[in-house]
Amino acid sequence: MPGLGASFGRGGATNFLEDLANSDCIVIEGSNMAECHPVGFQWVMEAKARGAKIVHIDPRFTRTSAVADLHVPLRAGSDIAFLGGLIKYVLDHDLYFRDYVVAYTNAAALVGEQFTDTEDLDGLFSGFDPESQHYDEVSWQYEPEEPPHSGSDDPEEAADQERVDQHPDVKRSDRAQAAGSGGPPIPSKPKRDETLQHPRTVFQVLKRHFDRYTPEMVSQVCGIEPEVFEQVAQWVTANSNRDRTTAWVYSVGWTQHSVGAQYIRTASILQALLGNIGRPGGGIMALRGHASIQGSTDVPTLFNLLPGYLPMPHAMQHHNLDEYCADAAGKAGFWGNKRSYMVSLLKAWWGDAATAENDFCFDYLPRINGDHSSYRTIADMIQGKVSGYFLVGENPVVGHPNGRMNRFGLANLDWLVVRDLQMIESATFWNESPEVETGELSPDTIGTEVFFLPAASHVEKEGTFTQTQRVLQWREKAVEPPDDARSDLWFYFHLGRILRERLKDSTDPRDRPLLDLTWNYPTHGETADPSAEAVLREINGVGPDGRALSSYMQMKDDGSTTGGCWIYCGVYADEVNQAARRKPRGEQGPVASEWGWAWPLNRRMLYNRASADPDGKPWSERKKYVWWDEAAGTWVGDDVPDFEVDKRPDYVPPPGAKAQDAIAGNDPFVMQGDGKAWLYAPAGLVDGPLPTHYEPVESVVENALYKQQASPTIERIEGPWNRENPRRSEVFPFQVTTYRLTEHHTAGGMSRTLPYLAELQPEFFVEVSPELAELRGLTHGDYATLISSRTAIEAKVLVSERMRPIKLGDGQVVHQIGMPYHWSYSGLSTGDAANDLLGIALDANTHIQEDKVSTADIRPGRRPRGPELLDFVEDYRRRAGVASGRVGVNGRAPVEGSTGETQTGS
Amino acid sequence: MTSISSASPAFTGRDPKNRLYGPLPDVSEEAGYVEEHPKRVGFFTDTSVCIGCKACEVACKEWNFLPMDDAHGNRDVMGLSGMSYDNTGQLGANSWRHVAFIEQSRTVDLPMPSVGLPGATRQDSGPSPANSSEQSTVEAQASVLNAEALSEFDPQTAQSGTDTQIRWLMSSDVCKHCTHAACLDVCPTGALFRTEYGTVVVQGDICNGCGYCVPACPYGVIDQRKEDGRVFKCTMCYDRLTDGLQPACASACPTSSIQFGDLDELQARADARLATLQSQGVETARLYGRDEDDGVGGAGAFFLLLDEPEVYGLPPDPIVTTRDLPAMWKSAATAAAMMLGVALSAVLGSRKR
Repeated sequence: MPGLGASFGRGGATNFLEDLANSDCIVIEGSNMAECHPVGFQWVMEAKARGAKIVHIDPRFTRTSAVADLHVPLRAGSDIAFLGGLIKYVLDHDLYFRDYVVAYTNAAALVGEQFTDTEDLDGLFSGFDPESQHYDEVSWQYEPEEPPHSGSDDPEEAADQERVDQHPDVKRSDRAQAAGSGGPPIPSKPKRDETLQHPRTVFQVLKRHFDRYTPEMVSQVCGIEPEVFEQVAQWVTANSNRDRTTAWVYSVGWTQHSVGAQYIRTASILQALLGNIGRPGGGIMALRGHASIQGSTDVPTLFNLLPGYLPMPHAMQHHNLDEYCADAAGKAGFWGNKRSYMVSLLKAWWGDAATAENDFCFDYLPRINGDHSSYRTIADMIQGKVSGYFLVGENPVVGHPNGRMNRFGLANLDWLVVRDLQMIESATFWNESPEVETGELSPDTIGTEVFFLPAASHVEKEGTFTQTQRVLQWREKAVEPPDDARSDLWFYFHLGRILRERLKDSTDPRDRPLLDLTWNYPTHGETADPSAEAVLREINGVGPDGRALSSYMQMKDDGSTTGGCWIYCGVYADEVNQAARRKPRGEQGPVASEWGWAWPLNRRMLYNRASADPDGKPWSERKKYVWWDEAAGTWVGDDVPDFEVDKRPDYVPPPGAKAQDAIAGNDPFVMQGDGKAWLYAPAGLVDGPLPTHYEPVESVVENALYKQQASPTIERIEGPWNRENPRRSEVFPFQVTTYRLTEHHTAGGMSRTLPYLAELQPEFFVEVSPELAELRGLTHGDYATLISSRTAIEAKVLVSERMRPIKLGDGQVVHQIGMPYHWSYSGLSTGDAANDLLGIALDANTHIQEDKVSTADIRPGRRPRGPELLDFVEDYRRRAGVASGRVGVNGRAPVEGSTGETQTGS
Repeated sequence: MTSISSASPAFTGRDPKNRLYGPLPDVSEEAGYVEEHPKRVGFFTDTSVCIGCKACEVACKEWNFLPMDDAHGNRDVMGLSGMSYDNTGQLGANSWRHVAFIEQSRTVDLPMPSVGLPGATRQDSGPSPANSSEQSTVEAQASVLNAEALSEFDPQTAQSGTDTQIRWLMSSDVCKHCTHAACLDVCPTGALFRTEYGTVVVQGDICNGCGYCVPACPYGVIDQRKEDGRVFKCTMCYDRLTDGLQPACASACPTSSIQFGDLDELQARADARLATLQSQGVETARLYGRDEDDGVGGAGAFFLLLDEPEVYGLPPDPIVTTRDLPAMWKSAATAAAMMLGVALSAVLGSRKR
């Protein structure tokens, strides 16, 4: 979550769900919270019952809108323009929380002279290289407080380092996500002008940047009438001050855009200006897509991260541990201890084999040399670059956009292991998929050997979930898994055990990393299940005395401590599984600190030092949360202070202070190099220091703000299996947005086979407005066919006035089609796969796909079957001026064109 | 020992007023729980906070081991109802909770396309668009402009936003556990009985499938399974109550739209909630089934609605179907007496002859 990471220092929701009840106004945008997070939504209803205003901003009128005070329909893909409009409103009317902004944000920081804004370059920031389609962020930096000095004392070496950092392969390896738990490193603290008057202060840069985001522009871009915009602006600003707070809630309705990280940045700027971060009832609530998604980035399943958001070492950048830690050496903030976290991780993994002499086995770690993200890997599969693949709890041929391309990828492997609860489509694609029907996949010639292994469900194994608000909750195994079903922990532990046994006599040095691993987890039961608690304790880390650590502050860089994920340190404090705590709500305070355990250090609300003023006093009695107790000499309050408890509010770092010692007593954003919330991000994002409205890759309208239509840094994966609909195409005149329903789970593997859920939403449908139904002759309850440059799919039509044509300021009407994506051919509840319609275009910060907005055509009736379908879609491509999408058998050897190279830019 | 009768007070001889309708202060006692018995419990379903998640439907089926809908998993039979997000349709033998979804629009003068009756037609195959030739894109684009022309209705014109124009009502329906339950009155086997909690429960192992109760229910709640004709409906999780648990649906409801508790307490809570909503200007809010003077003597499961009951598929003025039984019996007896009299006089008269 680089949007939040670069803004505040950690890539996690700043507040917690229960705290929404304390809000005076809740804006839900980019989220259908009632449908997708119904349990957490109770706190929104609680806030409403206490008198809070609930605003839902969404292209569709959903079950969330139904209980909101106001639903604001907007055109999908236009949120930055709307939020930018609110930022302008706040700045123009002097409605920002001045004391907060001056003290706690980087508003007063001066930006370097080299920086040029999009306003002056018609949609581009300074530093753009049109050839590589990448930005060099050097010109975005602060004007330094003291003369700049590079990470290295040798200027030549420094220049070398700089060159390496700017190499496209290094950039593609995506360092942005490393801001998950620590702001991006900056070379030095900035010069400041606390009057905010200097033209190069962040504050003034911000004012100029958003100057054209007027209510009229909002109306033109988003289709939101100025009166409604005004209403939202009034509610938000009237409920953001010393006494009142507004919360912003988003989920994948924001992240799944080609500029998703910048959507979140825009909200971050707004909430920081309004003084809503680190305060009760405020914050930005990032709702995660399912049960342990937060956990899957904390202890990551991402190619470019190690546990605790430590970046994966890069082949060109990081030849040894010193180089790896160089960017953090001498830096302010908790990232300054990067070496301690890394050495503890290496010690946890390689134990006694990791010594100071061998760089703690740093060379055992694999290196990355570019983009190896999910979609890039699929393209690599098609080209035969990937031999084997594990799919665990994922159904990409349904859940990923462009299912056809994903199936071609899987069809070109040597082997594929699918571990799932059900025989999902990703395991049966070779025999049953739509491409078998069209003849594009030929089961006889597909070389992929598919191993399907039944997995234990969450009630059949022990372990933790880390949910949306960073709380780890332990769950016990309720029943034994049936038959051969086993937990993932069991699978990987025994796979490792068997591999190590096979290699035990090997003298090949490349086998040392595997053989030296600490792989001694105790097992129990008939099936020899490894103890999940032992794993959790290893993640927590152990000190020199052999006892579990209680805080990452205890971690050392000399190899005397271990820790598998530094941000989780403390979850096993006092040798107790803190995640298993279950103290009832009625028996503890309002923050419920003794229910489970939250990272970091059981702090439920991040940056909560900001709930007090610079002197340490609560901003108001109504919103008091954490404050300085002079008599006791500590920070106290309802929650664990997200601050060193005994650091006085008037602490000023002495010259030369490092890490946390360089953070002042009135700097609440302790993970940032300058201790401030970033209105302007001098580093950390690859597509600009400020958010800028760009149109989606597939859009039916022209960018009203800049000549630059779409983000210049968009990642594309080109090939006949991933053709893009041209912008403003007459052939594909309608916007499509995808989403989930309460009744089903994502790609359906956990719901389409269950009778009680399947019957509640029994088949695939699309939602259209009465106007679009009339326009295209669609009949309620009948079939319609949707067509894109990828393929054509059919769905039942639900005509509803909840879907509305969006009328832009200049009178253009944009029709939007709603398309839930749960279905495919397996299970009780079936239908075509919505995601087959979508192409893959990615946010360069996150490699997340833009599937919340795309274009298509819709017409009544069912789609053609068999090879006829290919001709039908090819005809559409031809008419739209799109290159052929025909492929050879099993997706290989394209009939024409494409090399399948990643291209960036528009 | 207390003798428990399955029938209404009218038939137990303990009801001095021969009441089959109207308020009843202690429905359990009237049913024969004369000694110590728990307070009457019920559901208060506050539809103003329902988010239509259907957790109640699923929790109910999970707990009570109900089969899926009539399609029984036959995917060729399962299909979209077309009634908004409601694919359950109605309460039935296999659906003891049912969430209704009602889409309302206050816009007028909006030219509407010909929208088929919900679920009325279900085509299994339509014409393939491949054969329907190329619909000219020029035409399509022109139509986009036309759509604007015909769309005088502008989604954002209302200052208060769009929710003044669209309303999406959701409501979880359930058996009302009437004070005067006609199903129970007509049950010839005693399969239906009044519990000590004042709720009405069917015993599946006693029901003989006669089906008398089905037309007796003024709400159309109780329903027969097709296989053997036995009837099923909400038990208010009698088996959970006896273990000190809440009914499954109330436990699962994330927003406290379904509240379970002692009926008098729920009634007080509902009255307060109604007052709050009305003070906030929600004038259409009303309680349904709360009034003890209504046709069923008040319901054990009552509702806060945001519109007329008919909108939710609820009868506006339900009356216990056995209310007039005594009068009917009286008339029948009179008629029988008259007929007997006629017969007698005929016989006697003939003897005279």
